[in-house]
Amino acid sequence: MTRVIKYVFYDILRTRFIMLYTLFLLLSTFAMFQLDTDTGKVVLSLMNIVLMVVPLVSIVFSTIHFYNSYEFIELMLSQPVNRRVVFLGEYFAVAISLCFSFTIGVGIPVVLYGTGPGGFTLLFTGIMLTLVFVSLAFLSSVLTRDKAKAIGVALLFWFYFSLIYDGLLMWIIYSFMDYPLEKVTLALVSLNPVDLARILMLLQLDISALMGYTGAFYKDFFGSSMGFIFSSAILSLWIIIPVWGALRIFKRKDL
Amino acid sequence: MKDYIQYSIQFLLILLLLPAAANKIVVQPEGKVRSIRSAIALAAPGDTILVKSGTYREGNILIAKPVVLIGEGKPVVDGENKVEVFTVEAGHVTIEGFRIINSGVSSMKDLAGVGSLHSHYLIIRNNDFIGTFFGVHLSGANHVVVEGNTFKAALRSDHETGNGIHLWHCAEATIRNNVINGHRDGIYFEFVTNSIISGNTSEKNHRYGLHFMFSHDDEYTNNIFRDNGAGVAVMYSQHVRMVNNIFDRNWGPAAYGLLLKDIRDSHVEGNRFDQNTIAIYMEGSSRTEFKRNTFVSNGWAIKLQASCDANTFTENNFKSNTFDLATNGTMVLNTIDRNYWDKYQGYDLNKDGVGDVPFRPVSMYAMVVERIPTAVLLWRSFLVFLLDRAEKVFPAVTPENLKDDNPTMKPYDIG
Repeated sequence: MTRVIKYVFYDILRTRFIMLYTLFLLLSTFAMFQLDTDTGKVVLSLMNIVLMVVPLVSIVFSTIHFYNSYEFIELMLSQPVNRRVVFLGEYFAVAISLCFSFTIGVGIPVVLYGTGPGGFTLLFTGIMLTLVFVSLAFLSSVLTRDKAKAIGVALLFWFYFSLIYDGLLMWIIYSFMDYPLEKVTLALVSLNPVDLARILMLLQLDISALMGYTGAFYKDFFGSSMGFIFSSAILSLWIIIPVWGALRIFKRKDL
Repeated sequence: MKDYIQYSIQFLLILLLLPAAANKIVVQPEGKVRSIRSAIALAAPGDTILVKSGTYREGNILIAKPVVLIGEGKPVVDGENKVEVFTVEAGHVTIEGFRIINSGVSSMKDLAGVGSLHSHYLIIRNNDFIGTFFGVHLSGANHVVVEGNTFKAALRSDHETGNGIHLWHCAEATIRNNVINGHRDGIYFEFVTNSIISGNTSEKNHRYGLHFMFSHDDEYTNNIFRDNGAGVAVMYSQHVRMVNNIFDRNWGPAAYGLLLKDIRDSHVEGNRFDQNTIAIYMEGSSRTEFKRNTFVSNGWAIKLQASCDANTFTENNFKSNTFDLATNGTMVLNTIDRNYWDKYQGYDLNKDGVGDVPFRPVSMYAMVVERIPTAVLLWRSFLVFLLDRAEKVFPAVTPENLKDDNPTMKPYDIG
């Protein structure tokens, strides 16, 4: 599998997209640190990048990459190589390269300027979200043979998790505001990786406000390290389950 | 005339010598006088009782004469969880340098380390109160000084813990440089007027760090209130000056850095509010001036209920708060002017340091969270960002006139 990963990795590097992405992250992060002296505010702006840009780039890039390497995959599969190895090789190569550029692009300025625990949570959530959206991209890629359609599905995933889902959630909160919603909302939030990542950041940035929430349940959740462990665990599920589903489909698929 | 001056000087000299004429009684475990009680019985008014280090278990010690009690090497006076340790029933009593431990706990009587009723000019200085129910409990006492003491409550449940410094119906009190930890209310003031609270540290108390009711014309300065169950409450009072205090990490659904209820004509200046769930919560307060305060990393910097009027907020710094201002009505009766808001995104074309467009500190989502607290979970999502932006352009939910017309571009330099 490492050889597959290596070949795909070189292939990705050749397209230069990853370089541009790294450069973009690096420049924008540095620019933010230059423009604002308050590191807390910089972390806030970076959070918007992590929650919006990183998922979008990850999912679109991964989908396009998958279709561009369709011939390579077909070639590999004509050899005595396991489908699982080829698929996971592709996945890891894409995931590693995207995580790599994110870590360099955002990590270097964050470490240089030093933002405390907020910065590290930011890096962590960024990497997790990259992995989640690469997984979702692979899922949308194996769902259909048509490239345009797959990109459409991928964009829909992104749109749904970034905007539509929050709208639905807000509608639910509004409609059922007279009922105790603590556990329900927490469960609903777990159904959206972007929201989970956002809550991980809220635990760092707005802990004072979160502690104001009247439910004792939330207070325990946010007050202890429970919140962090819970969100990380659910995010991991969000990485594993789509890839696993995609792998199952890919194994049986008629290429 | 000359004689007159001479006589006066002689008289003054005699007056100066008088205290030296007072007796000194030494109490020590192996000495002639072995108990504080017998020393008090022997003492004449104005005498000094010097207590050497040791442990004294004498039950309730009643002081009914104006004497000065001085502990040397922190002698321990133990109430053995049964009684009030010192009960003062005379004015001009000084209690200094003791380690007062384990007063009784009662739900009928307010047993204290030092308790007193209607005694004036008391001085309680440099004592340690460890595991007392109430630390110092003074009623109807004027001109008292409580200074440099340390209070540490025993780890008991809420109803078995009294207040650190409890003053009821006093005037001209001075509470200075005390450290209070783990009591119900750190400092409790009810019907206390013309008094000063300064340089105290009140932390980890079950309820309020400072609890203040019906107490007019008081001043509290340079205190630190940290990690208290419900922060600080100032209620039903007038002409209170709150200056240069630090309100820090008062976290919880009902915790306020500073709770102001029915406060009039007061002055809040130079305070620092750091990481409180709600830095200032105001209800029914009027004509109070908030100036040069710093609000950093609070959940809500100010919750201004619609029942407040004629308050002014000027030259304050608002930095990294989740919500700067929240309110529950649309009528605006308060003045907000010339503050620094880190969320301000306007411009300053004429470079006079004041932004050219007004700042609206109430965000639309703050109003939503005010109504539906659960909605705080969606804070900082893209959707909320869009809603807030739309609201900024066309105010529909937020009070349109609640704005700072002269927001400054740079934070005020507040030491």
